[in-house]
Amino acid sequence: MGWYIGRRLLQMVPVFFGATLLIYALVFLLPGDPILALFGERPASPAAVAELRERYNLDEPFIVQYLLFIKGIFTLDFGESFSGRPVIEQLAEAFPVTIKLALIALAIEAVFGIAFGFLAGLRRGGLFDSTVLFLSLVVIGIPVFVLGFTAQYLFGVKWGVVDPTVGGDPTFAELLLPGAVLGALSFAYVLRLTRNSVAEALSADHVRTATAKGLGRPRVVTVHVLRNSLIPVVTFLGADLGALMGGALVTEGIFNVPGVGRLLYQAVIRSEGPTVVSVVTVLVLVYLLANLVVDLLYAVLDPRIRYV
Amino acid sequence: MSETTVRPGQEHYVAPLDTTPLAAVDAVDESTPSASLWGDAWKQLRRRPLFIVPSLIIVLLIVVALFPSLFTSVNPRYQELSRALEGGSEGHPLGFTRLGTDVYARLVHGARASISVGLITTAIVVVVGGVVGALAGFFGGWIDALLSRLVDMFFALPLILGAIVMLQALQGRNVWTVALTLSLFGWPQVARIMRSSVLQVRGNEYVTAAKSLGLGRFSTLARHVLPNALGPVIVIATISLGTFIAAEATLSFLGIGLPSSVVSWGGDISNAVPSVRTDPWILLWPSIALSVTVLSFLMLGDALRDALDPKGRTR
Amino acid sequence: MSSFEKDDEQSGSRRVGLVSRGPVITRRAGLAGLLGAAAVTTLAACGGSEEEGSGGTEGGGSGGDVIANGTEPQNPLVPTSTNEVGGGRLLDSLWAGLVYYQADGSPQNDVAESIESADAQNYTITIKPDQTFSDGTPVTAQSFVDAWNYGALGTNAQLSSYFFEPIQGFEDVQAEPPVAQTMSGLQVVDDTTFTVALTQPESDFPLRLGYSAFYPLPASAFDDMAAFGESPIGNGPYKLAAPDAWQHNVRIDFVPNETYTGPRQAQNDSLAFVFYETYDAAYADLQSGNLDVIDNIPPSALATFQDDLGERAVNQPAAVFQSFTIPQNLPHFSGEEGKLRRQAISHAIDRAQVCETVFQDTRTPAKDFTSPVIDGYSETVPGSEVLAYDPEEAKRLWAEADAISPYTGTFTIAYNSDGGHQEWVDATAAYIRQTLGIQAEGAPYPTFAALRTDVTNRTITGAFRTGWQADYPGLYNFLAPIYATGAGSNDGDYSNPEFDALLNQAAAQTDAAASNELLQQAQTILFEDLPAIPLWYSNVTGGSSEAASDVQFGWNSVPLYYQITKS
Repeated sequence: MGWYIGRRLLQMVPVFFGATLLIYALVFLLPGDPILALFGERPASPAAVAELRERYNLDEPFIVQYLLFIKGIFTLDFGESFSGRPVIEQLAEAFPVTIKLALIALAIEAVFGIAFGFLAGLRRGGLFDSTVLFLSLVVIGIPVFVLGFTAQYLFGVKWGVVDPTVGGDPTFAELLLPGAVLGALSFAYVLRLTRNSVAEALSADHVRTATAKGLGRPRVVTVHVLRNSLIPVVTFLGADLGALMGGALVTEGIFNVPGVGRLLYQAVIRSEGPTVVSVVTVLVLVYLLANLVVDLLYAVLDPRIRYV
Repeated sequence: MSETTVRPGQEHYVAPLDTTPLAAVDAVDESTPSASLWGDAWKQLRRRPLFIVPSLIIVLLIVVALFPSLFTSVNPRYQELSRALEGGSEGHPLGFTRLGTDVYARLVHGARASISVGLITTAIVVVVGGVVGALAGFFGGWIDALLSRLVDMFFALPLILGAIVMLQALQGRNVWTVALTLSLFGWPQVARIMRSSVLQVRGNEYVTAAKSLGLGRFSTLARHVLPNALGPVIVIATISLGTFIAAEATLSFLGIGLPSSVVSWGGDISNAVPSVRTDPWILLWPSIALSVTVLSFLMLGDALRDALDPKGRTR
Repeated sequence: MSSFEKDDEQSGSRRVGLVSRGPVITRRAGLAGLLGAAAVTTLAACGGSEEEGSGGTEGGGSGGDVIANGTEPQNPLVPTSTNEVGGGRLLDSLWAGLVYYQADGSPQNDVAESIESADAQNYTITIKPDQTFSDGTPVTAQSFVDAWNYGALGTNAQLSSYFFEPIQGFEDVQAEPPVAQTMSGLQVVDDTTFTVALTQPESDFPLRLGYSAFYPLPASAFDDMAAFGESPIGNGPYKLAAPDAWQHNVRIDFVPNETYTGPRQAQNDSLAFVFYETYDAAYADLQSGNLDVIDNIPPSALATFQDDLGERAVNQPAAVFQSFTIPQNLPHFSGEEGKLRRQAISHAIDRAQVCETVFQDTRTPAKDFTSPVIDGYSETVPGSEVLAYDPEEAKRLWAEADAISPYTGTFTIAYNSDGGHQEWVDATAAYIRQTLGIQAEGAPYPTFAALRTDVTNRTITGAFRTGWQADYPGLYNFLAPIYATGAGSNDGDYSNPEFDALLNQAAAQTDAAASNELLQQAQTILFEDLPAIPLWYSNVTGGSSEAASDVQFGWNSVPLYYQITKS
């Protein structure tokens, strides 16, 4: 087990280099000259443009830019954005907020998704199943920005239950509504996955055996059905954590959460290579660690899977 | 790099062929396995309303997408700005959009782009993600390590960054560029799910049995592992189909979706957003079209999954 | 929901740069006051800085703690490196310039005692004695000269260096590498006096001096400009509540600066800017009382905000001009054929209908190339009939052009799709398509940078959207930088010697009325050639909470924050 984890951690090294190179290349390929854009529609002075290009290494060939960036990382210097602010400071501001938001979203989608999906799967075709099917359709059919604006308007403005926006250093309670909106789409996935896994497991041999053995239904469905149904669900949730953190752009915009989604979007729009790559690097690490946890959970959920 | 170990008591002793009557049974199984799998599935499907109803809806949607002019003669892009947000009237049953174009005509003409985006993206995602995931999960070892790390790299890709670069690289915005862009972000998820599902299935007794009986590795994968591992992938694919159509709306919302010259439900949803508080009905129609499509594919996926599950079929 | 800072125009114009802020409204004042005294220009004549500051000199009225919307500044808070409204509005509260603009755009002296010139080319600027920065160090002539030299020096890479271009010696400090560290045109005479020599007469130069690029800097700034930009020290009505009061991406807190003795005395106890990514979020906060004043209404609320806010809603013309530019070298759009086609396109667009439907009357159909809030504006410039919606005339002109050379291809209007422009571009393209019977489409660019790069490199293959928010309230600023031959923002490469000559004559005129008269003649030429198709003026839309009062918007669409009080 320890050996296995060690190997997995080691494998993150090539992923780190591969992902940073890929992202840096994509930023390099972004259309438009970021320095010219800084000047808006006003004339850009050639002297200033030349100075800025040099300052941000933009006058170097792509691979040199990348290597300079990697060199910086090893001295914990993640570079600067075009505003002159160190990227590391911006990461330190944005990530705590987004981690909170993503964890809340993950908890909401996991708890409700698994619970509803489990109940729906037990009685497929029943009233409850049809109701949650409709619910998940609503979530899928309505894009997140519509859902977010509507939720904000109803809860924040019309009924005044919560503040419509969140701002800096939010509490968990403040993040409940944005978290629910962010997790809504994934909730539909978790629900459908759980429902189908449960339905499938109900007809599996070991469940029939357990039932035949005379085990009570509650024990059969919780231990034998649910546990075995969770593998695809847990896989999905593990991969989703990273996606929730990086993909919260729209939700963060609606509720004014100063998080990673916004940081990433602004950096992409402005072609700020170091910022984009740094944010993505952290996201990759989160994603890899989450997946490692998921893979370890496989062994817990399915005794036939062992890691050596 | 996960290795499955077979627990004590789970391994089977297989006697030499000439000493067991099992050989005859195996021979039959191997001669017609896939024909009967799909054949049986079809036999069962064509009698089930849960399959027939969504299939009919999907056929209708496809007809609408292929021949929109059968259903409306109104130009979906003709703008009468002074009639913006007007309600339904003679010749314009569903009223007008924010820019005074006909809601019904746009609904009909939007089917093609939206369904194309959904289908193309889903197809690419399932094929690419499915193959990668299945290979990684089934073979394990260095293949798994390599493919899984590749998946990891793509997971990190921010949608907006990839989308802008793709739009630039492919020189244009159309159904294909949008579908390719969305695929770029969709396939790693399917690969992960497929891998985990294969991991689970390949530990099953019948897989061990097939292997023990000398079936080739690819044949085992194709005949015994894949059909049984497809369940979660079909679930993800059928939901994704809808979310891809909706994702096109989000791309439009971010300004990197289909151009205005291509009518689509996603674009119309995005365009209707500023009116969501005052005239929510213009947002409702494309949303309903999207939901009905998603529902149909979901139900179809469910039915298909049931039919493909040998155990479900016997019930 | 436009938004992600994606503005709709407002943020479009923030990229545009100009920071100016201050709001709008009537169109008197301006140059008239500045240049009225024939040969000698004296700002002091405009009067009354003493009477203006009714709040006393203590700093800090009893007006409560005001919260306004803002956006995270894109640059450090250094006057010459800020060229967008997010940072600009903060600078205008933290600093006092030589002059400031009243709500109607008329300039008043702030730090300046007088600004004088006999020839519109050589200026003598005298500042009031005993002015200090918020850290107690004195504001002297040297503070201005050093700050301007810093801003102009090429190796400092300041985004607003373009404002110093008229000053003698600018070319030397902008050379690569610089052949001088300071501009020869700036000379300190004594602690309160300095002179400015320009390379040619620019009669509206004094009017520009309220723009943030011309603010002074304390000596301590030059030790570490990066640290200064994080925690700036100015001489304006406000100062930072604490050295670390700028919480990035969240908010920034100001308190009144008790050492400020000028006319813009803070009437409130504190002023905070909360940074929003979208105006939708800010509007939701305004409605629920978490925000006191908002300076732009999101598209989702345009239809309802006047009902939502009642008398607290603001919707008035502003100094923002919107158009699309058809490059001179676009096939079929040059020469006589081009003139006909440009006029046909202009006649094909129903501006009033677009303003009413798409913008819910928060845009005002254009009648010229400037803005109704600028002194000298006229709705009836000869030639402006070409802006009238007239489908028949449009078809006739287009057919006439087709007789010269038949049109083929698709007419495109490029825009950046991260800016909320899609709707009006679609509506405008549809008018062209349906009126002229040709292919016409919007051409979305994913980012502002992508669009600007194609425009700057002249690789764009169609028309493109253009907007201009004035840097300072003068007609000249709407014309010279965009349509003069070879001008910095002349992205369509328009060139007409007759037009250039009129501009030069206007710049040399020290009489405002005469200058404006020449500029209107110049506009008549533009209406003939239509280098850009004027569309509309962006109104300033905004509003305030029930608790806030004395909310007034300046000529540049930004509220006069120092006046706001709260119960």
